[in-house]
Amino acid sequence: MGKFQKKRGSSTPEVSTASLPDIIFMLLFFFMVVTVLRDAEVKVAQNMPYATELTKLERKSLVNYIKIGKPMKQYHAQYGTKPQIQLGDKFASISDIPLFLEKHRSTVPENQRPGINTSLKVDGDVTMGIVTDVKQKLRKSGQLKVNYSAKKRPD
Amino acid sequence: MAKKKTRKAPEVNAGSMADIAFLLLIFFLVTTTIDVDKGVLVKLPPWSEEEPETIDMKTRNVYSVLVNADNQLLVRGEPQSVKTLRENAKEFIMNPNRRDDMAENPRKAIISIKNDRGTNYKTYLEVYNELKAAYNELREEMANRKHGKSFVYLPKALQKEIRSEIPLVISEAEPTNFGEEN
Repeated sequence: MGKFQKKRGSSTPEVSTASLPDIIFMLLFFFMVVTVLRDAEVKVAQNMPYATELTKLERKSLVNYIKIGKPMKQYHAQYGTKPQIQLGDKFASISDIPLFLEKHRSTVPENQRPGINTSLKVDGDVTMGIVTDVKQKLRKSGQLKVNYSAKKRPD
Repeated sequence: MAKKKTRKAPEVNAGSMADIAFLLLIFFLVTTTIDVDKGVLVKLPPWSEEEPETIDMKTRNVYSVLVNADNQLLVRGEPQSVKTLRENAKEFIMNPNRRDDMAENPRKAIISIKNDRGTNYKTYLEVYNELKAAYNELREEMANRKHGKSFVYLPKALQKEIRSEIPLVISEAEPTNFGEEN
């Protein structure tokens, strides 16, 4: 009987952790590649409407963002509750748009400039007045490729 | 002869490598936002100072969609809901029953949207999306009928052919200004 008794204190064989760093590094690289560091703090409400006919914006460097929405609570005192335009990380007015576009355009190599898209990130509750004004300014600045940012409608 | 000393360089302890990697990993995990920007792609018409030429269109070829400040739709003079818009537009474009109050052929069909400055953006985008969807569905159907393949899998030349067969023409009029803006 004693023959089959387990020996007390015999530890289970240890799992080798030598490859752990490799696994972690793999994960690390994955996240490093997919990471997009958030460049601008969003200061306006951004509750995107739903749509079905969506196109992905592939190349981030060829996209500039114009955000429109009601200012967040902490900016109410300063900017009111009416929808505002946010360019980069600042509140702006419609007349600032051409300069903003030009600044972005100068960072893009010349041969890729026709592919520049403007992503209009507009809150669903905003009325069309301000959106129309922005669109007209974009047309006047020759920026005709526009992407109305939207979420995929859940089926 | 001097005795050759073979001294190995001391090995660096790599045990803490995992810790460093972990630290970086957690940093990137926290800062990561995996959001691909998606949206409805549109091409705006170029701006010109001159008054555009007025082109006379036959009424039968124009599918007018009006959206008022209360987000209600008036399609070709009749109130309609967004839900039926897609099917209705498809019927108008293709005109399968050869009715004389619908488009002569898909190439002549024009969709005209007019909204108010007080229209909700959500509604506007929904309408735009439905109309675009109508066109995409028609192209898809044509691709299946003609080539037995989905539109996206067709070669570029055939896609272009179908696109010219059913061109997407959405004209946007200057919005009216009756409603209250927020």
